[in-house]
Amino acid sequence: MEEKLAATDKLSTSKDWEPLIVAFFCNWCTYTAADLAGVSRMGYDPNVRVIRVMCSGRVDPQFVLDAFAHGADGVLIGGCHPGDCHYVEGNYKTLRRYLLLKRLLRELGIEEGRLRLEWIAASEGEKVSKTINEMVEQVRALGPLRLTRKFKEWDAELATLEVEAQREEVAVHV
Amino acid sequence: MSDKPKIAFYWCASCGGCEESIVDLAEDILEVAQAVDIVFWPVAMDFKRKDVEAMPDGSLLATMVNGSIRTSEQEEMAYLLRRKSQILIAYGSCAHTGGVPSLANQFDKEQILRYVYEEAPTVANEQKVRPQPRHQQNGTAITLPEFRGLVRSLDQVVEVDYYLPGCPPTPKLLKQAVLTLLSGNLPPKGTVLAPDTALCDQCPRKDTKPTDLKINEFKRPHWTQIDPNTCFLAQGIICMGPATRAGCEAQCISGNMPCTGCFGPTSRVRDQGAKILSSLASSVNAREPEDIEKILEGIVDPVGTFYRYSLAKSLLRAKVTR
Ligand code: SF4
Ligand code: SF4
Repeated sequence: MEEKLAATDKLSTSKDWEPLIVAFFCNWCTYTAADLAGVSRMGYDPNVRVIRVMCSGRVDPQFVLDAFAHGADGVLIGGCHPGDCHYVEGNYKTLRRYLLLKRLLRELGIEEGRLRLEWIAASEGEKVSKTINEMVEQVRALGPLRLTRKFKEWDAELATLEVEAQREEVAVHV
Repeated sequence: MSDKPKIAFYWCASCGGCEESIVDLAEDILEVAQAVDIVFWPVAMDFKRKDVEAMPDGSLLATMVNGSIRTSEQEEMAYLLRRKSQILIAYGSCAHTGGVPSLANQFDKEQILRYVYEEAPTVANEQKVRPQPRHQQNGTAITLPEFRGLVRSLDQVVEVDYYLPGCPPTPKLLKQAVLTLLSGNLPPKGTVLAPDTALCDQCPRKDTKPTDLKINEFKRPHWTQIDPNTCFLAQGIICMGPATRAGCEAQCISGNMPCTGCFGPTSRVRDQGAKILSSLASSVNAREPEDIEKILEGIVDPVGTFYRYSLAKSLLRAKVTR
C-alpha cells in the first residue's frame, strides 16, 4: 500500500511538482548579493522564496522546521563569510546550529541535501544564482517532501473516528 | 448522589506514573474527595465505560486524562470524556506533548509490531501471530482496539482546555489545579497550569550558570562525577532547563540529575527540541566545522535527548519517511 502511494507520488511529481526552496538571507551580505544578482540581470530558478533576516544567526532552527512543516522541499541559509559577520559571531553560531540541525533532520528522515548553508558576500551575485540553481537541481533529484500532505495522510485515521462520533451524536439526538 | 462537582480521571497510553501522582496527594486526597465526587477512575474505582456513556453530556465538571493517544479505544474514550466534561485537562507530559511514548514516532507501525511480536529477544512466537482487530471463534466475534500509525497528544485528537505538565505532574500542581477549578476563577482556555518561565529561573544552581557559556565537550551524566553545586551546562552535561517550563521545583536538579524537559516548553516556544538545539549548538566552543562536529558528537541521540517528551508536538511530529 505504502509502496503504491510512493509510486503514484513519483508519477505525479514528474509532471506537476516543482521544488520549493525557502531561503533565509542575511541583510548585510547574501541578501545584498541577491539584490546585485537581480540588478545585474543574472537569472536564477524561480523556485526560491527569499526571506530577509538581519543576520544568518537570526535563523532559529524552529524557522527551518516550520518551513519544512509548511511545505518547503528545501531550506537555504545564506550568510556572510566567517570573520565578516556584521555582528561578529552570528555566522559562527549559524554554522554550529546548522551542523547539529542537519544531524537531527537526518534522524527525522529529512535528507541532507534539503538543508544547505552557504557563505555569500555582498559582491558575489553570481554565487547566489549558482547556489540556488544547484540546490533546486539537488532537491529536484531528491523529489518532493510535501509534509503538509503527509500530515493530512497521517491524520486520516483520526477523521474516520470523528465521523463515527458525529454519527453517534446524531443518533442520540433523533 | 450528592450535588458536589463531579470529576473523572482516565488513562490512555501511560506508564502509571500519572495515576501514582494522584495517589501521592496522600492526606490531601481527602480534602479533594470532600470537595468533589470522583465518578470515574478506572485504576481505583469500579465504574465502566457504559456508566460514563449514561451520564448526561457536560455533567462532569472536569476530566483529567493522562497518557498519549495510540489506539482507537483511547481516541473513543477521549471523544466520550470530552463530550461528558465541561473542562478537559491533559494531565502529564504524555497527554500534554506526546511524552516518552511519542518517541515511537521515529518508527512506523510495521517496524514496531514486527519487533514486539517477532524480533524482541524475549519473544517466542513461531507462527508470528499478531493481535488482530477482529477475530471469530465458535460464532463469537472478539474485537481489539486498532493500533494507530502515530502516537498523539490529547489535543491532537480532541479539544483540550488546560494542561498540567510534568512526568508526572507534582501533587502540588494537581491540588492547585483542583482548587482553581473549584474557585470558578478560571484562567484563559489553553493555559498550562504552571509558571510560564524557564526552569533555570527556579534552579538552585542558576548563579553558577555562565552568562557566556562555552562548551568544549558534552559529557554523559552516568559517566561523570557531577559537582552538585554547579550548573550542569557549565559542566558540559546537557540540561534542558533553559528550554523547559518551571513548576517542578527543580526536583531532578536537587537529586543531582539534569533536567530532561518533562514540563514542556514555555508559551513563547513552539518546538522545544529545536530551541534547546539552538542554544546548545551556539555555545559550542569551536569555529572550524571539523572541531565543531567533534564536540557535537558528544550528543549521542539528538532526537531522544531534545524531544524526550515532545516528539508528537514537535513541528515535524514524527520521522517523515515512515
Ligand atoms: S507523563 Fe510520565 S508519568 Fe505520566 S504517563 Fe507519561 S510517562 Fe508516565
Ligand atoms: S541549565 Fe540546568 S543546571 Fe543550569 S541553571 Fe538551568 S536548570 Fe539549572
